[in-house]
Amino acid sequence: MGEPLISIRDLTVALPPGADRAHAVDGVSLTINPNEILCIVGESGSGKSLTAHAVMGLLPRGVTASGGQILFGGTDLLRLPPSGIRKLRGQGIAMIFQDPMAALNPVVPIGRQITEQIRAHRAISEKDALDLAAGLLAEMGLKDPRALLKSFPHQLSGGQRQRVMIAMALSLSPKLLIADEPTTALDVTTQAQILKLIKRIQTEREMSVLFITHDFGVVADMADRVAVMRHGRVVEEGTSSEVLGDPKHSYTRALIAAVPRGESALQPVLQATPLLTVSDLSKGFRRGGFFSGAATVKAVDKVSLTLHRGETLGIVGESGSGKSTLARCVIRLLDPDAGEVLFDGADIAHMSARNLRPLRRRIQMVFQDPFSSLNPRQTVGDIIIAGPRAYGEDMKEARTRAADIMRLVGLNPETMRRFPHEFSGGQRQRIGLARALMLRPDILIADEPVSALDVTVQAQVLKLLDDVRQQMNLAMLFITHDMRVAAQVCHRVMVMRHGQVVESGPTREIFAAPSSDYTRALLAAIPGRGKLAAV
Amino acid sequence: MKDFLRVFLSRPIPLIGLVIFAAIVAVALLAPFVFARGPFTIVGMPLLPPGAPGLLVGSDVLGRDMAVGLAYGARISLLVGITSTLCAVGIGVLLGAVAGYYGGWLDDLLMRVTEFFQIIPSFVLLMVLVAFLQPSLSSTVIGIALVTWPQVARVVRGEFLSLRGREFVQAARTLGMGDARIIFTQVLPNALPPIIVVSSMMVGTAILTESALSFLGLGDPNLLSWGSMIGGSRSAMWVAWWTTVMPGLAIMITVLALNFIGDGLNDALNPRRRR
Repeated sequence: MGEPLISIRDLTVALPPGADRAHAVDGVSLTINPNEILCIVGESGSGKSLTAHAVMGLLPRGVTASGGQILFGGTDLLRLPPSGIRKLRGQGIAMIFQDPMAALNPVVPIGRQITEQIRAHRAISEKDALDLAAGLLAEMGLKDPRALLKSFPHQLSGGQRQRVMIAMALSLSPKLLIADEPTTALDVTTQAQILKLIKRIQTEREMSVLFITHDFGVVADMADRVAVMRHGRVVEEGTSSEVLGDPKHSYTRALIAAVPRGESALQPVLQATPLLTVSDLSKGFRRGGFFSGAATVKAVDKVSLTLHRGETLGIVGESGSGKSTLARCVIRLLDPDAGEVLFDGADIAHMSARNLRPLRRRIQMVFQDPFSSLNPRQTVGDIIIAGPRAYGEDMKEARTRAADIMRLVGLNPETMRRFPHEFSGGQRQRIGLARALMLRPDILIADEPVSALDVTVQAQVLKLLDDVRQQMNLAMLFITHDMRVAAQVCHRVMVMRHGQVVESGPTREIFAAPSSDYTRALLAAIPGRGKLAAV
Repeated sequence: MKDFLRVFLSRPIPLIGLVIFAAIVAVALLAPFVFARGPFTIVGMPLLPPGAPGLLVGSDVLGRDMAVGLAYGARISLLVGITSTLCAVGIGVLLGAVAGYYGGWLDDLLMRVTEFFQIIPSFVLLMVLVAFLQPSLSSTVIGIALVTWPQVARVVRGEFLSLRGREFVQAARTLGMGDARIIFTQVLPNALPPIIVVSSMMVGTAILTESALSFLGLGDPNLLSWGSMIGGSRSAMWVAWWTTVMPGLAIMITVLALNFIGDGLNDALNPRRRR
């Protein structure tokens, strides 16, 4: 291989004084060759994003590249004046981001946003630029590009927006495309399409891609070479087959091992009488109204399910499938429009708030967002005993039990006086679980409990949930968009789409022989499927 | 709390505000002990300038000691400012919390009521109210509270609207907590920072409003306040500047101190400013 396209030498990025550490990136050296995809993989706080942002000259305020070089075509990007960097952006190096909605201007039509960028660098007419933009959108596999040019970002789907972002990035034919977790905010099937698109464009245009991700499955699909980062340093670097097939560093091995494989070992639980029976549950939301006439969107449409003691039922679906609405109807955070929720013989779907109250404690929930699900102004101890206190349990007894439950979920009871912001994401999910378990529930509803966590932490929390289910003989309703996660903890899965059940059955059967095209598409979209060796 | 104090006291502006405000409160509290003869006693010739024997800030049109008047005026101004703000915050928090937490028709109804108060020029409404209730200390307080609560209600409603959808509030519902318990233990503590900041500013506004009412002769005739001192001396404004400037300065300094404190609270209660 000849001259590298870009070489990062000994890059050090300093954090502002008072941060939890001095350097976010600490002596990182990497090269990207022409016509290759380099994946930087790491967990949150590894410095992978800041490395990429340093290349683009886009470090956040207060964060500075304090040492090293970034050589691109013989010039050091870190010594370049702002005007020089500006010239390079778009033409030499372009970047796409995690959230295409935030990266697009909501009040400017797509076409203008693309042509604006082209015309900032090239002297061509608006009409020619629009032709160029339409051609780019077509190259991205978008249908009817002429009509798309006139639409606004909110009128497109997440996948379309990310395609538009890629089109914008490629509009000036850069030599290097930096992709910072470009598919993290997307559904699995959309993610698979975008990954394929990036790979195709890279091959066709023979350009280089610096791909930032936390997901080794994505790495397996995309990378020519891989760099694994941790705490601001590169711990391992090599070709994709080297790193994935024969990881040298223990951290790489741990990361790869933590990726759920999408293989299920759990047998369905056999029991005669279900603990929870949902039949023909429906819930609609009213949309619009004032000028357009109200329309009801069916978020959940005649869904039925059963749940047994000691069993985990996975509800899998992409965003908008109605899986979260279903869970919120079961726990009565939302009032269902029609249908029954039979819990222990009583229909809780239409029960009055007063009759419901004694039953509430028996169905508990763990929420998705470890940051917004805990009251920031209460101590962890107060959060955990809030439930029992609401039912009049004695303060002293509640505190003793809270200490036991904290130990059970792997938290130190001495941290009871601390506030939620002093804990990490994984610890916060444990606090949320402890809060739910304090009421000794029969059913635990887990709504995407690990989707906001790093892979290694994700694996720990999943194991904890499964242990707790076994110990307390809980019935668990596990909501997830991730087939791999579902496979790991669920005895049975139910696949939802557009508010309806596509298919349901024992996890092993669904994974081995899916009966619907949609489930097949979901399974095929799992990144890195079959490419990750057992470690 | 420690963080809060550290940030609040680490900058000079709120600290200055706090010191000035504490001094004014001390003067107000000590007035009846230091000046036992009361503010209405005539002590000498009228319109003596500041620095005349025994008269620190001079005498007014009737020959009363202005220093005593200012000290006693502080009692009325602070009393009106603080109690009317407390009443307004009480009404505003209650209605705003109910409107924001429950939403729907209740929210619509309460917000229309709020708007009814907001669309009438508030000082005109206040004058009508006070005149209707007969000028007295309590009618001044009630009047000011009635015209200022809508801004608190608006702020509180907005906070509750955004907070009620948070997952920790949903979690509280699934734990079986009642609405009142959720409002007071979960949502309200998180809505406190803007409420505290708005109220610290409102105390200043209430003092100004009371002064304006007293200036117009709608204050309690049996009590001396800074506003009524200015109102009573306006005929002497051109011959004895201190009769109007001194109480005016007192009002200005108090309101300024409260605004300093409000600014400091605003920073100290913003979690991003900490650490």
